[in-house]
Amino acid sequence: MDDLLSFVFLMFAATLRVATPLVLCAMGGLFSEKSGIVDVGLEGKMLMAAFFAAATAAVTGSAWLGVAAAIAAAEAMALLHGFACITWRGNQVVSGVAINILAAGLTVVLGAAWFARGGQTPALESDQRLMPLFFPRAGDSILVYLALASVPLTWWLIERTRFGLRLRAVGEMPLAVDAAGISVAWLRYRAVLLCGLFAGLAGAYLSIAQNAGFSRDMTAGQGFIALAAIIFGKWRPFPAFGACLIFGLLDAVAIRLQGVEMPGMGEVPVQLIQALPYLLTMFLLAGFIGRAVAPKAAGVPYEKEH
Amino acid sequence: MTAIPAIELQGIQKSFGAVHAVRGVSLRIEKGAITGIVGENGAGKSTLMSILYGLYNADAGEIRVEGRAVRMENPRDAIAHGIGMVHQHFMLVGTFTVLENLVLGAEGGPLLAGGLAAARAELARLAREYGLTVDPDALVADLSVGEQQRVEILKVLFRGARILILDEPSAVLTPQETDQLFRILAALKQRGVTVVLITHKLREIMAVTDRVYVMRQGQIVADRRTADTSPEELAELMVGRKVLMQLDKAPKQPGEVLLQAERLTLIDDRGVRLLDDVDLALRAGEIVGIAGVSLVVRGRAIDPRHPTDPAEMRDLGVAHVPEDRLRQGMVAAFQASETSILGYQELEPFCHHYLMDGPAVGAHCAQLMERFDVRPRSPGLRSSSFSGGNQQKLVLAREMAREPKVLLVGQPTRGVDIGAIEFIHRELLKSRDQGCAVLVISVELDEILALADRILVMFAGRIVGEVPAGRADERALGLMMAGAGAA
Amino acid sequence: MSAPRRPLPAWAEIVALPLINIALAFVTVGIIVRIIGVDPFHALRLLVLGAIGSSEAIGYTLYYTTNFIFTGLAVAVAFHAGLFNIGGEGQAYIGGLGCGLVILAFDRFLPAWAMIPLAIAAAALFGAAWAAVPAWLQAWRGSHIVITTIMFNFVASALMVYLMVNVLIAPGSMTPQSRNFTASGKLPSMQEVLGAVGIQVAPSALNLSIVLAVFCCVGVWVFLWHTPWGYELRTMGHNPEAAVYAGTSLKRMTMLAMCLSGALAGFVGVNELMGVHQRIVLDFPAGYGFAGIAVALMGRSHPLGIVLAALLFGALQQGGAELAFDIPTITREMVVVIQGLIILFSGALAHLPRPWLQSLFSSPRLRGEVPAKRAEGS
Repeated sequence: MDDLLSFVFLMFAATLRVATPLVLCAMGGLFSEKSGIVDVGLEGKMLMAAFFAAATAAVTGSAWLGVAAAIAAAEAMALLHGFACITWRGNQVVSGVAINILAAGLTVVLGAAWFARGGQTPALESDQRLMPLFFPRAGDSILVYLALASVPLTWWLIERTRFGLRLRAVGEMPLAVDAAGISVAWLRYRAVLLCGLFAGLAGAYLSIAQNAGFSRDMTAGQGFIALAAIIFGKWRPFPAFGACLIFGLLDAVAIRLQGVEMPGMGEVPVQLIQALPYLLTMFLLAGFIGRAVAPKAAGVPYEKEH
Repeated sequence: MTAIPAIELQGIQKSFGAVHAVRGVSLRIEKGAITGIVGENGAGKSTLMSILYGLYNADAGEIRVEGRAVRMENPRDAIAHGIGMVHQHFMLVGTFTVLENLVLGAEGGPLLAGGLAAARAELARLAREYGLTVDPDALVADLSVGEQQRVEILKVLFRGARILILDEPSAVLTPQETDQLFRILAALKQRGVTVVLITHKLREIMAVTDRVYVMRQGQIVADRRTADTSPEELAELMVGRKVLMQLDKAPKQPGEVLLQAERLTLIDDRGVRLLDDVDLALRAGEIVGIAGVSLVVRGRAIDPRHPTDPAEMRDLGVAHVPEDRLRQGMVAAFQASETSILGYQELEPFCHHYLMDGPAVGAHCAQLMERFDVRPRSPGLRSSSFSGGNQQKLVLAREMAREPKVLLVGQPTRGVDIGAIEFIHRELLKSRDQGCAVLVISVELDEILALADRILVMFAGRIVGEVPAGRADERALGLMMAGAGAA
Repeated sequence: MSAPRRPLPAWAEIVALPLINIALAFVTVGIIVRIIGVDPFHALRLLVLGAIGSSEAIGYTLYYTTNFIFTGLAVAVAFHAGLFNIGGEGQAYIGGLGCGLVILAFDRFLPAWAMIPLAIAAAALFGAAWAAVPAWLQAWRGSHIVITTIMFNFVASALMVYLMVNVLIAPGSMTPQSRNFTASGKLPSMQEVLGAVGIQVAPSALNLSIVLAVFCCVGVWVFLWHTPWGYELRTMGHNPEAAVYAGTSLKRMTMLAMCLSGALAGFVGVNELMGVHQRIVLDFPAGYGFAGIAVALMGRSHPLGIVLAALLFGALQQGGAELAFDIPTITREMVVVIQGLIILFSGALAHLPRPWLQSLFSSPRLRGEVPAKRAEGS
């Protein structure tokens, strides 16, 4: 019995560990998407944040300075995205893709130039990282709890405040918001900045809590999985959180299944398990969730007719 | 002694680049009265009102509200001065409830709970006072167009507007809903609310307004008390010349049935029966007019053409001029020459053995432009650069040039100026004289009366009346369209 | 409140604006280079020399250009249909797989003149198939194609690793790669081909697939602007309702556009596997798929523009490699940064220089030139 409990607990902890960056990114992405700004660049923001968190922590020795740097880096990317999409009404998907590519290249270029380790940052000591708070084996650093808290916080912001009402309005019918005398651009910028904040925390988690440093391309598509979670969750915080947990569980299970023989089919190829979140996303996008309706104005730049 | 007007405009000027939309307009809106501003499409009425509401900034001129000079920088200023505008295209968030829409922009605090409760109470009061009943918790997307308009009016009143501007309010309403609107306007007037009605429908002006201003090409050309004028006079003032309300139509015996539709049923995604068991027969040499109800309904009737496929229909000699030319009938980004073969791109002479023939397409377009007087005569010009009337002429030319056996036309003169309207009507008649079976669907009763040999009236998706043109009478038709009175 | 977007004169739209966009990207890169302690102009000189400074360099530049043409065309065709194909990486990967599988199966039995067309066809087919799944999901289930193509890139990657490590690996090999193709499965290099007609060039990776690339350019141009299907595809991209009105099946056209797109991306496999590596290897798509987006944007989705943009990117890739070799502080990833910046400036921020350009071309020229558009129902 003890073994089973212990097993369940470890699985749960492993799930949370993997899901934390997903949850943070998804909540951030929610704000952006709800306001009508499609954000394919969650991956890039997270990556930049991870790099700057590890780099700053390595150089200054302080994990919290690392977190601050991570948020700053992600916000810089977020502002870039906002500038391109809101002020210059550019194509939002293109901007997101550009940010991802830029981040992938820039993190390695800066990393190699500053640390000369082929893109990696130096390994971090425990006191330069965010260590687990209560359960050492479970890896529950403070960011995990922050991630859990971010879900009801996001829900409350979107559903119960004036800001949230206007945010939802601007994602459905920006014209109505404009006609009411509210600035569409400022609303969207705030959404994009919130997105950067959460993506920054996600990146910081990756490099100074979950792991002990930055390595190239360490986000490995998690930003896209977060986007998939948003869509699964039909652009609502709690369902999106649920999707993140499912993906986290998948990943946790995957590691357990490596090398294990399944009855009837032999060893499960590790690549299949790695591909499972993506395949699952596609299957679910194909129809099990029915029609997930995006905010109506998502992806369309707002043009005033003045 | 004249009371201080609710609104006074002096010398308002506005240009958009090369287009001088408003040239030196001065007018006075009396408090507590219903004033109409009437004019053709493009006369500048909406632009003028948008300036008043702060959506545009005037290049020159002065605005006075209740005698005080004001600056209108944005809609917030207008709202602060008690001016509210109900636009042609509603500015409602479909996924929100009525209450949430009401409160957007006037939430009364950073947290919603209090503001929503207060709004609910206020909404109940407004409903009582003005007869504007609507379910506060209904999703706006589920409401009918008339109800949505009521929400727009409530929004404006909720913010304390005492001056209401309505821009083409009946454009999207059924006649029944239009009557309801007029009753609401009367109730508003009784409570001292000032109303400005922008429209191009003369019947409405006559029915509801106390005073009317006529705009033409950005200027005020006349100002009358409604009681002292007539639709004919207003029409002449709007256009600047005597308008032919009737066309010369030679009587013609209709030939064989060319298109027969039976038991057509079309249910839209809200479960509304747009077409309910409709039988339709179109004969050669006859124009059948369907008197317009809601635009959307009529459009869908022709539109998806279940279960036939557009290419198949074309092969059979059916041509279709869609109701919404920008959305369906043309591609704005294409050159006129490419638009001129939309739907016919696989046919000779535009295409030999799967390769298209550019010069042939260009020549075809030039021919069409010549025949239908489309200006400017440049096949290479982007379709979006043509004026609405010329776009419509191009689309009509394209469809009619194939000498179709059956021609289906939706809102043939929407957004078209009066000169082009006469031309288009004459072309439709010519088609009919040459033996084509024509179906015209239009919201403009005048148009149907002028063109059709046989008039069908639809209500709630069913044909409720069929009247030969000679015996048609506006009142009777109007009643049938509203669901009252049988053929 | 931003200035209304009046169109600039044609030459400004097609030439000046893109050039300014690129210039902005380069200025930004220069700043980054300066930040990491290198003289930007020195770096630029090395870059240019590295790209076109020798016959060998030009060969490599053109070899890279070939890939960029394929992926640029792929993205462009999809763009014209209003679809955003971000799956070029995966489609290139699987296209190469198809090409390689067919060669591994038949190269001992078929002569080159039969093998090569067969392999090219296989690359197209497999690439198209990989694009067909997201296309089908978009057309019949409404799943957003951006998400599904991104997902499928990851799936392709996982699939290839599995196949290479477990199935296709050459016996006795330490690294995951297949056995070498026999001679009939190899595309002759340009050095050989030109040498056969008496022209001496330095050896490089440039091979006959560049001829395929040129064919594809012409083919895409003819298809899009001179066939009824291309007409319908473009109509759908501008205005799906008008396309339905014109008799097009949106579902079928989506499939057609994406399959063509996937096939074009698949040809990267032809260049890489048949022309250069001559066996199946991992990671050969190497970012060409994403760069294709930049190429298509810069080239305004027109074959001619794409060739020019592809040349620029090819030069950047080759020059960047040389630069990284010469200056150790600058890694190869700098090219990635440049690509990202170009996508940013040519795609999302494409209109940034507009107000400045517009003020150059303002009033006296434009007044009376463009017919005033009548606002409807004003």
